[in-house]
Amino acid sequence: MIEASVIASPILGVVFCLLHVIVSLVHTWSHLVHQIQCLIISSGLLSKYQNINLNRLRHLAVVIDSEDAKNKSKVHQLLCWLSDIGVKYVILYDIEGVMKKSDKAYEKSSANPSETKCMDFAPNMPLIFDMFGMTVEIISYTDGKEAVAKGANYLCSNYLKNQDDTLNKLGPKFTEPDISSALKAVGHDGPEPDLLLVYGPARCHLGFPAWRLRYTEIVHMGPLTSMKLSAVVKVLYDFSKKHQNYGK
Amino acid sequence: MSTISERFSILQSHLEKNCKSKISKISGYVGFIMRKLLFSVLSVGPIPAHVAIIMDGNRRFAKRRSLLQDSIDPASGHRLGFRSLISTIQYSFEMGVKCVTVYAFSIDNFKRSPQEVQMLMDLMREKIEEMSAEDGVFKALDVKINFWGNLELMTEPTRLSAKRAMDTTVHNKGPELSVCVAYTSTNEITHAIEASVRDLKGKDQVQVSDLERNLYSAGCVEPDIIIRTSGETRLSNFLLWQSDFTHLQNPKPLWPEFSLRHLVWAVLEYQRVYAYLKNKKEGIEKNK
Repeated sequence: MIEASVIASPILGVVFCLLHVIVSLVHTWSHLVHQIQCLIISSGLLSKYQNINLNRLRHLAVVIDSEDAKNKSKVHQLLCWLSDIGVKYVILYDIEGVMKKSDKAYEKSSANPSETKCMDFAPNMPLIFDMFGMTVEIISYTDGKEAVAKGANYLCSNYLKNQDDTLNKLGPKFTEPDISSALKAVGHDGPEPDLLLVYGPARCHLGFPAWRLRYTEIVHMGPLTSMKLSAVVKVLYDFSKKHQNYGK
Repeated sequence: MSTISERFSILQSHLEKNCKSKISKISGYVGFIMRKLLFSVLSVGPIPAHVAIIMDGNRRFAKRRSLLQDSIDPASGHRLGFRSLISTIQYSFEMGVKCVTVYAFSIDNFKRSPQEVQMLMDLMREKIEEMSAEDGVFKALDVKINFWGNLELMTEPTRLSAKRAMDTTVHNKGPELSVCVAYTSTNEITHAIEASVRDLKGKDQVQVSDLERNLYSAGCVEPDIIIRTSGETRLSNFLLWQSDFTHLQNPKPLWPEFSLRHLVWAVLEYQRVYAYLKNKKEGIEKNK
């Protein structure tokens, strides 16, 4: 039995590696096809990508891996592109809050610093400012679950204040609008994004506030270092054609 | 306790109980052995402990196959989807996945026509009772079943079937199957807040850990993969709280088309990003 496992393990390992080589080849092919599509879009040959209808895109979120987010010039470039395309509200998220600490850098690197109005950095609160006529909200992991706990404490204190109320004798009863109102009261009432772009190695929202993700379309864009304007344009175009049933 | 091989042999017999021919029995055993070899290869890398699935595409599949016509059983797409569910559960548990969670019915789905809602509730009751039977899948695989959601919104016969299935399997030691019915993530979070506030009793503040203890999914590891079939890219209010470090996948096949090769592909994709997601998760836990 020991001899069989000694023979089998390397064979299993080789087959395992072969399977992953196949997966990598498929990814390489997909990447190539995507690059060609981006090339065609950036050439301007297809008129459908020139004027994208952004009526349905009220709020756009961008999740960026925290290591990638340290590249302030790339983040700034992305914001410029989104503003040029016509996006009105962008939510930037990275798990460690790197971009929250960097907000002053966006003000300094802006062509017209007077167009950006930055607030002071507060690690556990969203940061909101205007940039090139676009509202930018910067959040991090502490604006997710901890914010919901803050909202719960807000509801709890209101519930305890109304102790004598007959209804309260049955125990607390909250609705989803109550939770939304509580989040607003504690300063975490940001809008739900219609579309979320993920820049990083994996398609994962990395703790983006759960309360705001109900019907958000989530698209993986790859690493921030290889971001392309044409890739962003393609995603926005595909989103403009999307249809949701909302459960019906 | 019977070994895994014996349990799956029982399951094979269960699935082929209507196929008496020797050829089909032999092909069943050959299929089992081939899968065992395949899963041994996959096990060189990390196997997800928890796979969650949004089973999207039953109605589109039925329309595509022209099964959904006026007088034809409108549940046909969902019945075909159920077959995919059973095979996916079987293959997942054979592979070593400890928990499978499926999004069977959202609170939003109550917006559908009353006839469709009733049909879906009846179908769910029928399948729960089939799987709970003496020769059913739950016994064969020693599965413990959970129903997550606002179960009071279900029709009473279906709710009672679900409760009976949970009571019957509560002591089972095998893999866990969690079925989200009358569920949305925001409803789950609201319920957790209510329970946390109710339980405060002299403690000062509600903490994140209190909320997590009161989620429907408390006690279950967070999902490693969420698969939504049909190529759709949204989570539709499913496991939003639990999916911080979950690999989100959206394969194009409709749910009734989802098969072993798609599951294997999903695991291979997960293995590619495992190290990155593990690193991110450990980073946050270190900072807590």
